[in-house]
Amino acid sequence: MPLLSIDDLHVALGGRTVLEGIELHLDRGEIVTLVGPNGSGKSTLLRAIIGAVRPAGGRLVRQPGLTIGYVPQRLAIDPTLPMTVTRFLNLPRRHPVQTLRQALERAGVPGLGRQQVTALSGGQFQRILLARALLEQPDLLLLDEATQGLDHRGTADFYRQIANVRRELGCAVLMVSHELHVVMRASDRVVCLNRHVCCQGTPERVLASPAYRALFGPDTVDALAFYRHAHDHAHHDHPAGTPAPAPTATAPLEASR
Amino acid sequence: MLDDFLVRAALAGLGVALAAAPLGCFVVWRRMAYFGDATAHAAILGVALSLLLSTSIFAGVLVVSLMMATLVSLLSGRGYAMDTLLGVMAHSALAFGLVAVSFLSGVRIDLMAYLFGDILAVGKGDLALIGGGALLVVCLVGWRWSALLTATLDGDLARASGIDPGREQLVLTLSLAVVVAVALKVVGVLLIAALLIIPAAAARPFCRTPEIMALLAAVIGAASTTGGLQAAYWLDTPTGPTIVSLAAILFALSSLAGQLKRRMSRAEPSSAAPPLSAAGTEQPTPGRCRAP
Repeated sequence: MPLLSIDDLHVALGGRTVLEGIELHLDRGEIVTLVGPNGSGKSTLLRAIIGAVRPAGGRLVRQPGLTIGYVPQRLAIDPTLPMTVTRFLNLPRRHPVQTLRQALERAGVPGLGRQQVTALSGGQFQRILLARALLEQPDLLLLDEATQGLDHRGTADFYRQIANVRRELGCAVLMVSHELHVVMRASDRVVCLNRHVCCQGTPERVLASPAYRALFGPDTVDALAFYRHAHDHAHHDHPAGTPAPAPTATAPLEASR
Repeated sequence: MLDDFLVRAALAGLGVALAAAPLGCFVVWRRMAYFGDATAHAAILGVALSLLLSTSIFAGVLVVSLMMATLVSLLSGRGYAMDTLLGVMAHSALAFGLVAVSFLSGVRIDLMAYLFGDILAVGKGDLALIGGGALLVVCLVGWRWSALLTATLDGDLARASGIDPGREQLVLTLSLAVVVAVALKVVGVLLIAALLIIPAAAARPFCRTPEIMALLAAVIGAASTTGGLQAAYWLDTPTGPTIVSLAAILFALSSLAGQLKRRMSRAEPSSAAPPLSAAGTEQPTPGRCRAP
């Protein structure tokens, strides 16, 4: 039985259809990335999986007893709520001190345990959020643009950690990301979403599909170029509408990494 | 010992303070201050209705407060801003309550006692109710503590861990109604919300974790009620308002101390200052950056 099976899922928010006819199946050990423009329903799909939005139709079946680790896009903690990093990691269940120390080290932020959560930088907090999600030893890790606020090295570390986690815990990872070039290399499967699933498959197949290019335009080319050259020092935030040179776009795909 | 009205009053005050402290922390963290107000103001309607139907005032207040809290929960996020909605509900409940009281021509009731409390008139039966109610709230909040905290941080984060934020909200709503019902006798309708919020707010500058804040709020609340009771006895002032005044003074002192503490820690050379990475300053602006 797959960890998660979604069949013909429909979700409406405030009377407006946000997702329709979604098909998605996740197995243990898979890293799957959701890509799609703003408002395409990526976060809503994650929220439907954790049960925060009720589907208007279709089936969403989680394996019984499934443990979910969730890293939200944004988490604003009210400044009136005092909260150390250690206390935050202990929510909702307490863990041994040693485990917490290891978790912080693995997240690349050792010794932060006594800091107030509100005093952390965006990148530090993002790492803490991931560390907290991993403490639950999840079967399924959901990441909603989890590398927001991380610098390049932080992002590279982050994806390396995800790959390690998958190997160690054998969990499935479903993540939303806009960093197409990094994502493409880090995922087994890419699902391209725009209210419905436009296309899904291996990164190579999705990149080559016309539906994906129609959705992302010139970005496709960049992503493909980065994917093929496997460069890490990306200049990914070029202005929208600036078409990059596209000699490789139609070249036959290589499966090299 | 319980035959002394001052002892009964002190115990009643302590009971309410202890129950209000952890709950008040959640009210502050979740920005529900007005929510507490609306629930408390509805209590006067509860008083009027229970006198009209000649039922127990405690039960009447409990039911009406619970209905009010539920109504506010249901209506929130349906077109009105929360503060507008609560402003409307709190004051209309109070107004309707006062109007309803005026219909009770046969009964002469001491309205002031309900508006501002009458802690010195707490009887043994009242004390039992207050103790039971306070114990119930402390147990309920203690039992759900972790889940409540997680849900307070973020609804989705809670859901992902298998916690239903709606259920936790219900726990808070229920506890709030119970605290309002037991605090009515102690500080009265108009000042119940103060007993929830002020001790929690006064505790905030000195706390590193939510648990410490709840404990410290309980200490401050207890100090305010017992100290206020004493002060009212010496100064011959109304007890409920004196208790709240003392809490307010403690809040002012704690705010000052908090400011001082922050100033001091800023004056020290901070080792935690984030070093500006060289890469960060040299990053090309988007306009100049091209894909390779």
